[in-house]
Amino acid sequence: MTELTASPQGAATTAPDLTLDAHFPDAVQKDTRPGYSGYLVNADKLVEVATAIRDEMGYDYLSSVTGVDYMNDGKMEVVYHAYRTSGGPALALKVQTPRDNAVVPSLVSVYPGADFQEREAWDLLGIRFAGHPYLKRILMWEGFAGHPLRKDWREPYYEEDHKPFDTRWPGGDFHRSEENNPFGTNVQYPPDFSVDGWVPEAEDAIYAGAGALKESGNGHELKTDKLVVNLGPQHPSTHGVFRMVVSLNGETIDHLEPVMGYLHRNHEKIGERNTYLQNMPYTDRLDYICSMSNNHGYALAVEQLQKAKVPERAEYIRVLMVELTRICNHMWAIGFLLNDLGAFFTPALYAIKERELILDLFEATAGSRMMCNYMRFGGVYRDLPEKFKDGDTIDFLRELVNERLPRAIDDLDTYLTNNEIIRSRCIGVGVLPPDKAIAYSTAGPVLRASGVPYDVRRADPYSIYNRFDFDVAVRYNGDVYDRYLIRLDEMRQSVRICQQVVRDLPTIGGDIMSGKLQYQVRVPASEAYGRVENPKGELGYYVVSNGKANPWRYHIRAPSFINLTVLGELCKGHKVADVVGILGSIDIVLGETDR
Amino acid sequence: MYGLGIVRGLGVTLKHFIDSYVDDFRWLGKRYTSREAFNVRQGVKGRGVFTVQYPEERLDIPERFRYIPFLLYEEGPNGEQVDRCTSCGICAKVCPPQCIWIERTNDPKTGRPIPAPKAFFIDIDICMNCGYCAEYCPFDAIKMDHDFEIASYDRTTRHIWNKDKLSKPVSYHAQIHPTDYAAEEAARAADEAKKAAKKAGAAKKAEESV
Amino acid sequence: MSATDELLNPDFPVPDELQSNIAITTIDKIYNWSRRSSMWPMMFGLACCAIEMICTAASRYDLSRFGMEVMRPSPRQSDLMIVSGTVTKKMVPQIVRLYNQMPEPKYVLSMGACATGGGPFKEGYNVVSGVDKYVPVDVYVPGCPPTPQALLFGLIAVQKKIDQQSILTVPWYQRGPSEAIPVPILGPDIIDPRQSDVIRVQAAKLATAATAVAELSGAAEA
Ligand code: SF4
Ligand code: SF4
Ligand code: SF4
Repeated sequence: MTELTASPQGAATTAPDLTLDAHFPDAVQKDTRPGYSGYLVNADKLVEVATAIRDEMGYDYLSSVTGVDYMNDGKMEVVYHAYRTSGGPALALKVQTPRDNAVVPSLVSVYPGADFQEREAWDLLGIRFAGHPYLKRILMWEGFAGHPLRKDWREPYYEEDHKPFDTRWPGGDFHRSEENNPFGTNVQYPPDFSVDGWVPEAEDAIYAGAGALKESGNGHELKTDKLVVNLGPQHPSTHGVFRMVVSLNGETIDHLEPVMGYLHRNHEKIGERNTYLQNMPYTDRLDYICSMSNNHGYALAVEQLQKAKVPERAEYIRVLMVELTRICNHMWAIGFLLNDLGAFFTPALYAIKERELILDLFEATAGSRMMCNYMRFGGVYRDLPEKFKDGDTIDFLRELVNERLPRAIDDLDTYLTNNEIIRSRCIGVGVLPPDKAIAYSTAGPVLRASGVPYDVRRADPYSIYNRFDFDVAVRYNGDVYDRYLIRLDEMRQSVRICQQVVRDLPTIGGDIMSGKLQYQVRVPASEAYGRVENPKGELGYYVVSNGKANPWRYHIRAPSFINLTVLGELCKGHKVADVVGILGSIDIVLGETDR
Repeated sequence: MYGLGIVRGLGVTLKHFIDSYVDDFRWLGKRYTSREAFNVRQGVKGRGVFTVQYPEERLDIPERFRYIPFLLYEEGPNGEQVDRCTSCGICAKVCPPQCIWIERTNDPKTGRPIPAPKAFFIDIDICMNCGYCAEYCPFDAIKMDHDFEIASYDRTTRHIWNKDKLSKPVSYHAQIHPTDYAAEEAARAADEAKKAAKKAGAAKKAEESV
Repeated sequence: MSATDELLNPDFPVPDELQSNIAITTIDKIYNWSRRSSMWPMMFGLACCAIEMICTAASRYDLSRFGMEVMRPSPRQSDLMIVSGTVTKKMVPQIVRLYNQMPEPKYVLSMGACATGGGPFKEGYNVVSGVDKYVPVDVYVPGCPPTPQALLFGLIAVQKKIDQQSILTVPWYQRGPSEAIPVPILGPDIIDPRQSDVIRVQAAKLATAATAVAELSGAAEA
């Protein structure tokens, strides 16, 4: 195999020297559509090909699985992006299937990390995955009518296929969407539906999955009844509206079924109605603690489509903002992990204090504390302000990254790391071995705490990360304690990057935006997969353009969502009190999990 | 020794505790009254108490802060209001959740559009405070407001903001966005100068050709 | 105009339960003062706005100055439900249930554009256009997200509302049990039991329309 060099602009370029089509001459062809890359695989050979790329070519990490509805061709396409954990660009596999009866073999047996993603594709696009062990809806509820991301499916408040809507201007006579709906609210029912004589099925499906109805006891021990407990969706330790259906044997967990979708805000459906630019503020609301890095990923994906250049200074500012975001996020994550472990609020208070300082900078630069909406295609919205809090911004930054943050991180370290209670609650709990971490497609700190030094910033460098000196933090035990420690390590590395940026920033002048300020962004018909190392893991944007003003397909590979695939495995055999700790150490944000 | 980690951790808590009183001595009772003390406390060098005692104390609102948009009008000499908005519709087109509604004025005689909005609505129950409208308006006619104290007891009647509710004078904009305002005025002046120069140039040419 | 003015302003429609109690007795004063100084919010975060709510409760904005620092995870012990974030159809049965479980007197503050009216995600197929479609809301705080200071302003508005109440007229001391809100059901779409009649009527309409079409096409074929 020839050595692959990473492309400087990041993701989604398939290495040209791969010879997958030569390997499987009758099952694989190159994807020759203009602007597309990767390979088209025959559905019946998919499992074979996937096994081969995993075992023979080293693509051991399946990053993203999603579907695209090519309605006009009458086809559904499932798109897989696989990587090597040793680094390098993506290998994209595509499988096409007729739209009316979309069936594709499931890859759960090859890559267990495909589990939730295939369920999502079934839920939203109606693609069946043959051989999937538990093909049930995941974001919507069982019994919901239709598969919403299909292009011909319309939501109750449907106005037009694409924004901007004609009713807004010039004849913008205000009305609420409710007024156009016969029920006066956001609902619609299928024509054959009748309220009487209809049975809800949503809950039964969940409990069947929880294994609650199975027998327990193996004949030798005392037969005990299994107890099914619902944690969430309203639970202080689930970090939002997340639910776990746990079946317990005494205090020990037999089976844990994550139930999500309580914050499913239809990001992708709305995203496909939006123009490219309009999606930017929506990405803020994915992982709402890290809006800056979400912006970055989306900007990268669209810049890839547009082949736009980003000026030097904008790149520096972007890196600075993204790394500060990482510090914010890890501060928050550690604070709330400790909350979950019972150290209620004091660590979180200390962490939030540092976060607030960074948010002040975001507010002064981008205009909002959380929903920054800061990056634009080809640059950033505004330069850093000259003055900030009665001083120069650069002085503030220097003090922040050279003094304040390192001190705060050290403080947290002394405060928590050697605390005996924390150690005994965390060490050896929820161990995730490296092979499993890869197989389950976990990403970010969860993956690296299991001894896999995989960081997109190094493995497939994007932006200007290859100019900075930093180490990929890695820990080897894969338990809750290591997942805590790795966040401290990563914060230290981020501070290092920030220090370098702040050192160089005053010497770098020039524009912060390439091209003119434009509200109509058009991109050529093509596809792109842009990915960044978000604080929670690899965040990917898969965007398909058909040359119009709106994306045809807009999919998000959400790290919080995919990291949860392994949660059930991690919790098995532990006591119920450990579940919250394990969940806290994975660090999810529901806005991203459910989108 | 078992328990040492906890003790050292408690040391950090103790430090935070003491820090909050050190402040009292430093400012000798003026901790809550002097603005300077407040700014230091809230700044990057601040230690100890970090609390903003809203509503008595408030954080400075940075210039770029965005909440709900507002429309600008120029004040004429006799107190009349001249909207800056030309109802070009760009903000309504760019608005991501499509919460801006603009009705264009048509000339009653010719039926041709004239550049002024007849009606302008923003549904603040939908607005995501993204700031695109202000960013892309070519006439600097819509800006993001800083007023966040707008909680209400009723939304059906009070959360659709019409033109009256949205309009604020240019002087208000100059007050809350001083840097932006200065930059805009400078750009406008430069534009006018260019136009004047062009006109003069054209006039000269015309003269020469005569 | 801010919420304060709103309460004092006569041309603003004063909510019914406030109208009849201009004369506030001393008992009312003590009663209201003690209630408003120890409002316990429910620890209940839905989306992005919840993060700002947590910040409001944390070091910088410090809710305990208002006696609200005791965030209870259980609805049985809380007085105030801060609906902080997007209300989805999948979540709304739980929200209604939680609301029903809260003991009276109870207040609801809708935080952010999403909880108030659907927000930027209003057009989504899984989003409820405002939590007030299901539970009564006392104070709305617009913004996306409302900053902690804006939320505090909203909380002060709740306190002001409490100050206006009188022990004689408050609904929870009236005769008869207060009614629970029927919990919506997840069907092909969310079903609000209070709406079943409308749904039946619409279904009937659709059915007649369908038969009409069928007859028409039948006639055309013939
Ligand atoms: S973009 Fe500016 S000028 Fe055009 S309609 Fe909007 S506010 Fe008016
Ligand atoms: S701030 Fe954004 S969402 Fe609000 S009106 Fe302006 S463009 Fe629309
Ligand atoms: S109002 Fe805005 S910040 Fe709040 S939940 Fe909705 S989208 Fe998130």
